[in-house]
Amino acid sequence: MTAPPAASPAAPTLVLDGVAKSFGPVVALRSGSLTLAPGSVHALIGENGAGKSTLVKIIAGLYQRDAGSFEYLGEPVDFATTAESKAAGIAVIYQEPTLFPDLSVTENVFMGRQPTLSFGRIDKKAMRDEVVALFGQLGVDVDPDRPTRGLSIADQQLVEIAKAMSLDARVLVMDEPTAALSGVEVERLFTVARALRDEGRAILFISHRFDEVFDLCDTVTVMRDGEYIATSAIADTTVDALVRQMVGRDVTDLFPKVVAPVGDVLLRVEGLTRTGVFHDVSFEVRAGEIVALAGLVGAGRSEIARAAFGVDPYDSGTVAVAGQVLKGGDPTAAMRHGLALIPEDRRRQGAVLDSGIARNITLTIRDRLARRGLLTSRAENDAARTWAARFEVRAPSLDTLAGTLSGGNQQKVVLAKWLATEPRVLIVDEPTRGIDVGTKSEVHRLLSDLAGEGLAIVMISSELPEVLGMADRVLVVHEGRITAELARDEATPEAVMHAATHSLEGAR
Amino acid sequence: MMLTDAQPGGDRATVGSRALGLLKQREVGVLAAFVLVVAATTMKNPNFLFSNDGFRDLLLTPSLLMLLAVGQAMVIITRNVDLSVGSVMGLTAYLIGTVFIDMPWIPWPLVFLIGLAFGGLLGLVNGLVVAYAKVPSLVVTLGTLYAFRGINVMWTGSDRINASDMPRGFLDLGTEAVWRIPVITIIALAVLAAAGWYMTTQRGGREYYAMGSDPDAATLYGLQVRRRLITAFIVSGALAGLAGVLYAARYGTVNSQVGAGYELQSVGAAVIGGVAIFGGSGTVFGAAIGAFLLMTINRALPVLGVQDFWQQAVVGALIIGAIVLDRFAATRQERRLARERESARV
Repeated sequence: MTAPPAASPAAPTLVLDGVAKSFGPVVALRSGSLTLAPGSVHALIGENGAGKSTLVKIIAGLYQRDAGSFEYLGEPVDFATTAESKAAGIAVIYQEPTLFPDLSVTENVFMGRQPTLSFGRIDKKAMRDEVVALFGQLGVDVDPDRPTRGLSIADQQLVEIAKAMSLDARVLVMDEPTAALSGVEVERLFTVARALRDEGRAILFISHRFDEVFDLCDTVTVMRDGEYIATSAIADTTVDALVRQMVGRDVTDLFPKVVAPVGDVLLRVEGLTRTGVFHDVSFEVRAGEIVALAGLVGAGRSEIARAAFGVDPYDSGTVAVAGQVLKGGDPTAAMRHGLALIPEDRRRQGAVLDSGIARNITLTIRDRLARRGLLTSRAENDAARTWAARFEVRAPSLDTLAGTLSGGNQQKVVLAKWLATEPRVLIVDEPTRGIDVGTKSEVHRLLSDLAGEGLAIVMISSELPEVLGMADRVLVVHEGRITAELARDEATPEAVMHAATHSLEGAR
Repeated sequence: MMLTDAQPGGDRATVGSRALGLLKQREVGVLAAFVLVVAATTMKNPNFLFSNDGFRDLLLTPSLLMLLAVGQAMVIITRNVDLSVGSVMGLTAYLIGTVFIDMPWIPWPLVFLIGLAFGGLLGLVNGLVVAYAKVPSLVVTLGTLYAFRGINVMWTGSDRINASDMPRGFLDLGTEAVWRIPVITIIALAVLAAAGWYMTTQRGGREYYAMGSDPDAATLYGLQVRRRLITAFIVSGALAGLAGVLYAARYGTVNSQVGAGYELQSVGAAVIGGVAIFGGSGTVFGAAIGAFLLMTINRALPVLGVQDFWQQAVVGALIIGAIVLDRFAATRQERRLARERESARV
């Protein structure tokens, strides 16, 4: 059918050039460019937030680009829905499997395009037979009749792959398909990917694991901060060169954390485990220290923080603040002992968007401000004014609704709110996500000041420069376990990336 | 009690067959509860089942609710809810009566088409607002529940349609039976069979389940979520319209309050019958059996000598029990799967 894959440049299957996408004020993709050739496996790499997933979603037709050009099979295209891109022959396997938990594996593979008999009856036997055949080809041992609820992530991923294969697609996009797979499963996936490549299909492979990129792919494109950086042939590049392109700046100068005197241990987490989520997590943080929890999105960092604070339950282990062990699952007690958690999702969990700045800041201390159960606006405003001034919250008045502030100012309000409780330990989850560069460094300066005043700070961040610039120590989390502890001078981008993508030495 | 009987603990089947087994069990369990209620009541008073009237009422009373429950189940499976069905039923019943008064010459079978079309139209209004305005269906249909009822009251006033206004053949339909099975029940069962067929064998039906199971995934799959949503509401409205027509035929009088309260009973029937309130699972058959159980309990408790007050409480307990049972089963399954994954990893 198709010509054998040639080394000579064949007509590209898919070309994206200068593609941009913003969500309100947040620019997710500045300028994405990508050229996929038939019979080729193309790697797309970059840090978290580099814009890879946004690019994928534009290819899939889930998002529509704001600018730039998109050509498929030599024709300019505008996919308005995922159904259109699918019909055109583009199959996408997303980072998180998107399956219907209540439906059977077979139904999941064929949903929306089931083969039919007379009267539009779904041909269940044909569907099942094809799934059995596909699973045979993939070497998968999953009951095609069981519901997908409760399948392991690896099995769900394999169902996704079977789905993409049954589409007979010309372009197959795999957004970190191997993140949850074991070695054997990865090898099996690669065999399938190579077979598909040899049939002349174009494959886009997104991964954080360099060994896999070098093993499977022939071309690699690097993205950073929503922009295209470079495309090179795998044979012409090295891991070091790729990491340099991914990080792309002198990280140490960007966010200087002032060295503060290190005091007593204020937070001690020991053997914290929640079955299926994180395991045997132990670390301690001292006064004046900023400890970063680094790792990939979905590694379990936020879950650890939430469990330590008591929002989520845990199965075993202890959390102690200044030597006092906290009762699990009780955030109020955690607050009383001086623990504060600033969640990742500022808009939904951090700030009350429909309330004013003053009310937001005093939310955590309103019991203290109330006189005989009554809370006056004056008491709120007095208390809030100090904090708002200290954090330089830029707003017309203290009544300004939090929802109308910029991301950076919202974050300052949330910080002020928690600092009003006078905590000893502060856990911040992605403190600068979605914040412009200028405010970013202000938030960093604040965190650095707070550490200088003797707070113990745990910072969860997916941005490597932030981690390297701010942290005194870096704990790298991979698949729910701490796989490395790096001191400031040991923490290089390579070391962190390596630990974030590999299990503990000898664990497997 | 009766519901917990339906779910034997700790068997050792595989996860897949167990989950499927659970689904099947739910319908079987509710059916068993129904049989139990009928048996107990019949023992107290044999007329409940064995007299001609008793047998007819047993089948006839739940039939209208069954129609609504089938439509409701289809809507709930898509992770929505249609609270306007009682009002749609009432408004359609009054429309049919008016049609007979204003156009006495109309061949009566035609009113079925009118009822279906009118109910479907009201359902279309719900569907369009839910699909395009992106307002939760709970709010939209709560609004139309009052709006449709308001129109009904405005239109009817204190009037009522009487049996003498409607043709003989039409009214006979409400009392006739074939092989002792009331015609209305036969119609309801036919609708149930068609809906069941659609939900299990047609793409559209399967997509309802998919949408309810994970709405985001449905979008990623490129399913026509909007169109399916609108269709589900049209079907629910049309079935409520049909129930309105049958109400007129059965009772012969129509005032402005026909169908009031049916909306919550239809939700209750679906939930008792195993339709998950957050969509994605359950069957129209379960909802239909749930309707039978609900209506029969209402009639059986007085016979068994249970006070008025307790009758409502029993129905409430049944609904809460059904939801708690679902929740309990789901949590247990989740925990076990987390453990299994854990042991597989080592």
